Amino acid sequence: MTRALLIIVALGLGAVAPARAEQLIVSVSNHRVTVTPNYAGEELVLFGAVEKDDKTPPARNNYNLVVTVNGPRADLMTRRKERRFGIWINTDSRQFLQVPSYLSVFSNRPIDAIAPADVQRRQQLGINNVLLTQRVGTDYADVVATDPFRSAFVRLRKEHGLYREETSAVTFLTPTLFRTSIPLPAEVPIGTYDVEIKLFADGALISKAETAFDIVKVGFEQFVANAARNHGFIYGLLTAAMALMSGWAASIVFRRD
Amino acid sequence: MQLYLPIADIPVNVLLILAMGAAVGFVSGMFGIGGGFLMTPLLIFVGIAPAVSVASVASHIAASSFSGALSYWRRRAIDPALATVLLTGGVVGTALGVWVFTLLRNLGQLDLTISLSYVILLTAVGGLMFWEGLRALLRMRRGDPVSLRRSGSHSWVHGLPLKMRFKRSKIYLSVIPVIAVGLLIGFIGAVMGIGGSFILIPILIYWLRIPTSTVIGTSMVLTLVTMVIATLLHAVTNHLVDAVLALILMVGGVTGAQFGARAGQKIRGEHLRLLLGLLILAVGVRFAVELVIRPEDLFTIRETGGAAP
Repeated sequence: MTRALLIIVALGLGAVAPARAEQLIVSVSNHRVTVTPNYAGEELVLFGAVEKDDKTPPARNNYNLVVTVNGPRADLMTRRKERRFGIWINTDSRQFLQVPSYLSVFSNRPIDAIAPADVQRRQQLGINNVLLTQRVGTDYADVVATDPFRSAFVRLRKEHGLYREETSAVTFLTPTLFRTSIPLPAEVPIGTYDVEIKLFADGALISKAETAFDIVKVGFEQFVANAARNHGFIYGLLTAAMALMSGWAASIVFRRD
Repeated sequence: MQLYLPIADIPVNVLLILAMGAAVGFVSGMFGIGGGFLMTPLLIFVGIAPAVSVASVASHIAASSFSGALSYWRRRAIDPALATVLLTGGVVGTALGVWVFTLLRNLGQLDLTISLSYVILLTAVGGLMFWEGLRALLRMRRGDPVSLRRSGSHSWVHGLPLKMRFKRSKIYLSVIPVIAVGLLIGFIGAVMGIGGSFILIPILIYWLRIPTSTVIGTSMVLTLVTMVIATLLHAVTNHLVDAVLALILMVGGVTGAQFGARAGQKIRGEHLRLLLGLLILAVGVRFAVELVIRPEDLFTIRETGGAAP
């Protein structure tokens, strides 16, 4: 009898208040980044607060945050050069399937100090744990982080500022108020970016939140890119006409005879 | 001054590209060539993808050769019949070239092919030209007469059937080698992103014995048409032509060409050929060095689809 009552109480509690006692409230400074003729990279700011309620253990203040930003997904071919007949040519290749074209991970301390290895893997914390599916022959799999193709892939993306991992980028302004900046390089891919914010305490995930922003080409850039992709023939004709026009104009302007 | 290129998808410094266009235009005006073999490598060097460079330079060459062709037309230095026959081969060659370009791109060997063909073609042509120029110069020093057209020495080319009279060039020649030359130039032009006049002109002069007076103008017509077709085909099949990039190049190129042409008139023909040979050779050697030394990074990444919004 008492047992049944306890279960009912527990169920009732579960319905009223979720198992998680904290809630994350986040926002990015700009939900729509436009690529204009003079676009040369930009930096967004993510703000957020941890909202406690009466279920929160009062002494809990050791929060850790991991912010993962995923750009639009794409198939990326990675090729390796080798020396053949005295010259360097592409020999081996791996295709990364539907991997983020932009990926950045920000946290307030090293990932290893936030969660144990199994949690890191399950929650895909840090670039080493994010799933990057490769096609190896006919197999589809992610491989260990030390795989030469995977590490070269990540390294090259990092060199272009497209992948990044900063373990001290998230700063807590107060014990519950935090911010981090999201740098976007000049050659950032166009599309929708998903931002995933995960809150940890004592090595366990206690809450998470999601938000997103778009990077779009507008005006002239958008027009030209669309025209080239969707109306190749007309676009080619116009480009050729433009070439003839400027050649003709030059021959008039600089006419010497 | 940064500008975002819509197809190349990178921001570039407009003044830099403009200066590059003007510099290449200067060289092309000076030597009477399109300058694609300099422009394409320069664009690749600035960070624009080789495929986009090749496709965009095609329209740039079309612009500069059109302005050249117009002024040659006014001086009646174009042989319409010869141009037409060359074009028959040129059009087919260009189409073939764009097809091979697409094929190689899918195989992941495009960059290598572009580099390799630059090495072979440029070192060979540049070396020959340099050697010829040097010999002409030495002959002149000794006081021997210089003759470009050695009379009487007919090669096997002149024994081929299907002969045709090219009035303005005052020459009676089989159409087979002419079509073959057009085909070759159209093909390598589309694959390598060059107009090919620096190869075409020596072939026409030395091999087919076409008089110099009509050669440059006529080769410009071939360049013009093959490059317009290459622009169209690259736009349709690979969507790689960056019109904004092309426009900047054209503005710089046609302006530089005018000053180059004036400078070229002040230099002796033998010196000019020697210089051009040296320039072509240098570009070829630069590509060779790049292939032979260990690359800074053995890995490269290229998008194969899926990112379209």
